Formats: sequence, structure tokens, C-alpha cells
Amino acid sequence: MNTHEEERLKQWLKAALPAAQDAEPSRDLWPAVLRRIGEEPAAPPWFDWALAGGLAAMAIFFPSAIPVLLYYL
Amino acid sequence: MPDEASDVLDRFRQGDLDAFESLFRQHQRAVYGWTLRLVRNPATAEDLTIEAFWRIYRAHARFDPALGFEGWARRIATHAAFDWLRTQPPTPAFSGEQIAELPAPSAADPGVSAEVRAAIAQSFTRLTPRLRIAAVLAVIEELPHKEVATALGISVAAVKLRVFRALRLLRKDLIQQGITP
Repeated sequence: MNTHEEERLKQWLKAALPAAQDAEPSRDLWPAVLRRIGEEPAAPPWFDWALAGGLAAMAIFFPSAIPVLLYYL
Repeated sequence: MPDEASDVLDRFRQGDLDAFESLFRQHQRAVYGWTLRLVRNPATAEDLTIEAFWRIYRAHARFDPALGFEGWARRIATHAAFDWLRTQPPTPAFSGEQIAELPAPSAADPGVSAEVRAAIAQSFTRLTPRLRIAAVLAVIEELPHKEVATALGISVAAVKLRVFRALRLLRKDLIQQGITP
């Protein structure tokens, strides 16, 4: 890609997606931020705990399987 | 006045909600504007501004007042936008009506047809979020590379590389559609 093509592409990009104008939110976002802060983090489902326990048990009883597990991650 | 600002930042770092609200009021517009540049959709930018400030509050103990709140907030907002962009599928081909609704070309290059603009806009959504964000900030918004590098937490050379790769992939995609720059 030469300089001319690069400049042309930049111009096209600016024409297709003009720069965003200075703007402000349509509403006060603070109440929503407060609500988000007040939300309890979702507890991991039982399946996640079971999976983590299974993996830990496998790592303890079959340490040679760890590289295989890492390969598939 | 600087002492007062420093006091607010110190209190924020200790998790003081009033100090956080004060910082939120001061920086809400800037963070929203930054996010809007990245995602280009007002409703999404509002949601991501909320998400970014929630992440900011959660990370209050890790805030280093020496770095400045705005730069730190901008970086967190960029990560939030990046996470959102990763979940978005590429835009399917534009219909004739959508092409008509595309923003008017800039005065700098009025000769770019609506079809070419649609093809570029569509190709752009196929880039990875990493390349897209770098191109939006450096090419479309024309921000200095250093500023982009700070916001993304990467070097200036990495910004240049991402922009170059974005343009190269865009060119390749356009050529496949029969459009030669």
C-alpha cells in the first residue's frame, strides 16, 4: 500500500464515518451508576463450583493430566 | 483549589461515595464523549459510561492520584468499549435505504459516493475491535498518536502499526468488493 492509497483510504474512512460531535448524555447517569454500585455481584452458579472442584481434584489426583488440560484451554 | 481537588481524589481512593459523585459530575461528559467516539451510538455510549464509572468505582483502591483522574477514566472507558465491541457481530450488507441514511460526506472529500461510503462503513465493522478503536481515534477523530497510545495503554509505535494494519485490511476488503482506492 503506497502513501497515496493510504491517504485516500483515510479520506474515505473520514467521509464514511465522520468524527463524533461534542455531545452530552441525554439524561443524568448518576442514578444508574449508583444502582449499579448497589447491585450485589451475581453468585457463581453451582455448576461453576462443581467444575472448579472437579478440576482441582483432577489436578491433585492426576497431576500428569495438567499439561493436557492446559493444551485444550 | 488544587488542594481541594487533591483532597477529593484522596477521598475517592479511600472509597468515599461523595468524592466519587463529585468526580463523576466533573468527568461524566468527557467520558461519555470519549465512549461515543468509540462506539458511535448514543444509547450504547450512555450504557458504557455507566459501566465505566462502575468499574472506576470498583477499582478506587488502585487509583494513583499522580496519574490524573481523566486519563485513568478514559483508559477504563476504552476497555469497556472494547469489551462491548467484541460482542458485536459485523454489520451485514447495507440496504439501499440504509445507504441513503449514511452521514453526508465531509467537505474534504465530497466526491465519495454513498455506495463507497457504505462499503467502507461495512468493511470497517469487520475489523477487530483492537484495530477499529485505533483507527477511529487516530484517523477519524485525528487525535495525536501519543494521546491514543495513552488511552489504549500501548506504545506510539503500536498505535501506528494498528492503524496501518487496519488500513491494509480495509483496502484488501474493498478490493475484494471491486473498489480500488
